[in-house]
Amino acid sequence: MALTLDDVQRAAHLARIAVDDAEAGAALAQLTRVFGLIEQMRAVEVSGISPMSHAQDLVLRLRPDAVTEGDQRDHFQAIAPEVEAGLYLVPKVIE
Amino acid sequence: MKWEIVIGLETHAQLSTVSKIFSGAATAFGAAPNTQACGVDIALPGVLPVLNTGAVERAIRFGLAVGAKINQRSIFARKNYFYPDLPKGYQISQYELPIVEGGTVTIRLGDTEKTVRLTRAHLEEDAGKSLHEDFSGRTGIDLNRAGTPLLEIVSEPDMRSAEEAVAYARALHTLVRWIDVCDGNMQEGSFRCDANVSVRPAGSTTLGTRREIKNLNSFRFLQQAIEYEVRWQIGEIEDGRKIQQATVLFDPDTGETRMMRTKEDAHDYRYFPDPDLLPLEVTAERLAAVRAAMPALPQARREQFVVQYGLTVYDAGLLTASRELADYFAAVAAGADARVGKLCANWICGALSARLNEENLEIGQSRVSAAQLRKLVDRIADGTISGKMGKDVFDAMWAGEGDADRIIAAKGLKQISDSGELEKIVDQVLADNAQQVADFRAGREKAFNSLVGQVMKASRGKANPQQVNDILRRKLAA
Amino acid sequence: MSNVTLKELSVQLAAGACSSVELSRDFINKINSLNKDLGCFITVDAERTLAQAKAADAQRAAGHAGPLTGVPLAHKDIFCAEGWLTTCGSRMLANFVAPYDAHVVERCNAAGMVTLGKTNMDEFAMGSSNETSYYGPVRNPWNRDLVPGGSSGGSAAAVAARLAPAATGTDTGGSIRQPAALTGICGLKPTYGLVSRYGMIAFASSLDQAGPMARSAEDLGLLLNVMAGHDPRDSTSLERPAEDYNRDLEKPLQGLRIGLPQEFFAAGLAPDVQRAVEAAVAEYKKLGATVVDISLPNMELSVPVYYVLAPAEASSNLSRFDGVRYGHRAAEYTDLMDMYKRSRAEGFGAEVKRRILIGTYVLSQGYYDAYYIHAQKLRRLIAGDFAAAFKQCDVIMGPTSPTTAFKLGEKSADPVQMYLSDIYTIAVNLAGLPGMSIPCGFDGGGLPVGLQIIGNYFDEARMLNVAHRYQMVTEWHQRVPPGIG
Repeated sequence: MALTLDDVQRAAHLARIAVDDAEAGAALAQLTRVFGLIEQMRAVEVSGISPMSHAQDLVLRLRPDAVTEGDQRDHFQAIAPEVEAGLYLVPKVIE
Repeated sequence: MKWEIVIGLETHAQLSTVSKIFSGAATAFGAAPNTQACGVDIALPGVLPVLNTGAVERAIRFGLAVGAKINQRSIFARKNYFYPDLPKGYQISQYELPIVEGGTVTIRLGDTEKTVRLTRAHLEEDAGKSLHEDFSGRTGIDLNRAGTPLLEIVSEPDMRSAEEAVAYARALHTLVRWIDVCDGNMQEGSFRCDANVSVRPAGSTTLGTRREIKNLNSFRFLQQAIEYEVRWQIGEIEDGRKIQQATVLFDPDTGETRMMRTKEDAHDYRYFPDPDLLPLEVTAERLAAVRAAMPALPQARREQFVVQYGLTVYDAGLLTASRELADYFAAVAAGADARVGKLCANWICGALSARLNEENLEIGQSRVSAAQLRKLVDRIADGTISGKMGKDVFDAMWAGEGDADRIIAAKGLKQISDSGELEKIVDQVLADNAQQVADFRAGREKAFNSLVGQVMKASRGKANPQQVNDILRRKLAA
Repeated sequence: MSNVTLKELSVQLAAGACSSVELSRDFINKINSLNKDLGCFITVDAERTLAQAKAADAQRAAGHAGPLTGVPLAHKDIFCAEGWLTTCGSRMLANFVAPYDAHVVERCNAAGMVTLGKTNMDEFAMGSSNETSYYGPVRNPWNRDLVPGGSSGGSAAAVAARLAPAATGTDTGGSIRQPAALTGICGLKPTYGLVSRYGMIAFASSLDQAGPMARSAEDLGLLLNVMAGHDPRDSTSLERPAEDYNRDLEKPLQGLRIGLPQEFFAAGLAPDVQRAVEAAVAEYKKLGATVVDISLPNMELSVPVYYVLAPAEASSNLSRFDGVRYGHRAAEYTDLMDMYKRSRAEGFGAEVKRRILIGTYVLSQGYYDAYYIHAQKLRRLIAGDFAAAFKQCDVIMGPTSPTTAFKLGEKSADPVQMYLSDIYTIAVNLAGLPGMSIPCGFDGGGLPVGLQIIGNYFDEARMLNVAHRYQMVTEWHQRVPPGIG
């Protein structure tokens, strides 16, 4: 399936990356090349094989329900772009 | 046209762990903004999630309580979307393989019982809070709630009215508190519902297009929102318009639902298994341990109360509204026979409940202990005092005047059960009321009650009514 | 002094021949004189470094020195180090002073090691040439017109140029091994899960693994002993008893079975590289090893599979960079959506954006099964190939990279060409196996060639033994780039 400019713009929107038309066009050309490479694998028959999500076939280790982290707000907010009254500020969110 | 309403509920129950689902930050409600948001919760670069055992155990407990299948292996997935209160840009949830699948919740409406099927229940993390009060026209983000464990309980679209939806939500609310997985505090958002509502012509077997009402945090709002939404949908269709699938919010001030303005664009969440979290395994040992620690469930307690004490299903239902209440009743009625057990139930559902409601107290805060109440019931049962006097004694107990016996003695409320003394009073009353005696003998039963009343009056209320009855009958028959 | 190994520095510090402060100042001076040309470091902070060195000397004076107390090293700028600017090679984190230490950094600090600085890297570790860094390219010490490889290009070049005796790196598809090969040093990517990923800024979580980069196999083992270890904060960190990875260094190689996959010696391999690798194999035969021809039939699929899986994970991992809590926020925007889009468009470079778009696309509705699930199934096939191969041999050998170092700009216009330069290394990450690269000769242009050694799971000690025995009889790893040291 051929990638379209629409696909690129839709992915960019989902990923919240601003692209103008020229950038989208350039990205399309490059991505088309990459998907040419990726298409190679799609011809291979994989029925009956289970997907491999992790490098090891292990199960999750759990931690006890205990509070181990204290207040580090000032430390963390020292590097925040915009804070007020302990809150991170963003442009008005309208629900 | 007649319309059928179809409702399914997605309920988010915050699990009552002390720490978050994937981090060691505290979950306590009400802390200063962002003071309970650790590196993992604010998604610093490089931090990683580690799953909380407490959340897993609570999910299992819930699954067992609703008779669901506990998946031996379940998978955490990432649900990707951007929102300022979602620090990682994805929510860790369960998608294809949840920890709990199936199960049922039984609801009662009047005399009918109905079973609502559950689709699934899965573990996920809560988001933070966006505060829209004015910060010079900006929104403030508090991430204290981010990472609080949630159990999302998804029902099948089995409910057919707002009342059924509320009954289901209430039953679920009772259950999650009963088994100690959620504190059920709706004001604090610990228990909140999304309702998927659609309508279809009665008799149709295909589902109509649904709209989802988000974030209903009271039973009243749930009811109002569904009722409004149903009227609105029917109106739209009858006016020839089609329902578009949408997410709506309920405004308690106007009582209306409205479309969310931020359309989560096209809902392409790009779920995929979280590479930071290996599959969750529930071993047979863990399952057995959780099962062994399960309390008896509301349904079982109800049945036990009905069988053991002859309670009505209705009363048994009232007494199992919470585990604390059921435990209270069980303590009051301990060792009682059906007659006394029934009396215990009446006192709890009657005088005690009324008092608790008046003073807005939970059963755990009752000023009359289970042992005290039982003493009172025993004194009524053994005829020491009448039920009517019992009310006075109860009020005195509530006021802190001590145990039933002490109050009865102090107030001189003990019934006259000495038959010699009673016979004297009865003889006097019969002598003074020749007309009523004649009436009774002429077949007017009402006259008998009048005579009983005279006797009670003459004894200043202290005569044992049963005994008075017996003596009067005997003497009048002579 | 700077042209010595970790091992030698350890001995000298223990003997009191030098102090950590002297040693660290020495390296800082060299960094100051060469970094402008080479671009190895993004951040150097002499004050911080010397304070740490001073503390290490005090530790030693108090009699509490471990084997690497006072030994300096460089950290790839992907590791959070408290108080250090930690950029991950990106404009997005140009102002990000890490508020905590990565597990790797914590362990190095606890061992008394001294941080010389944070090394340059491809942006978010996405690249094979170190050209995608926002902080400019790194130049290959062997020839400054050439790339050092990537993404741990700064670490590799720093070790090659003797600006650090060792460095940390990370390897998602070859990012330790390929730059090690292209700069003539040694690098080891351990078994997935051996080194904690906590505090290591994620690229592709199921593939990322940190490891040591140094000038000898023995040094790799010394540093791995420090880096590896269970960490409860990483759910994929393995719970295994601590081991001394250098315990088998001296074991003879008699009877070692070396698997040579035919797919590693196919079209696309530069003849000089092939010759050097074959010569190394011949050397191993002299050391008593036997050679088995093996096949990894699905190897060629590893590049396309990787370029589905790694971008998919990355697209999600990089969503946290939204300009809300840290990192770059655009100066001007109209609303929340615009703030997100501009901050991310400005903060990320072209290659990172490209991979985010690929990843977003392959995970999106309608494509997920065709791309993502399909690739995960092939990943299992690829891992299966290795499992079958290790029934026939103890280690697998081949080239690390199909070519020696290439020119700056040569492949940057064509992503596919660039992606193919990791063709021999990627499969190892997909399988989660340990792999390493050691110098094994030079091409006609005097550029180093890397020999890749792939082991079975948890076979790091054996791999180090295999590499060390070779380094006892060869001196490729001791060669110094012209004009250095």
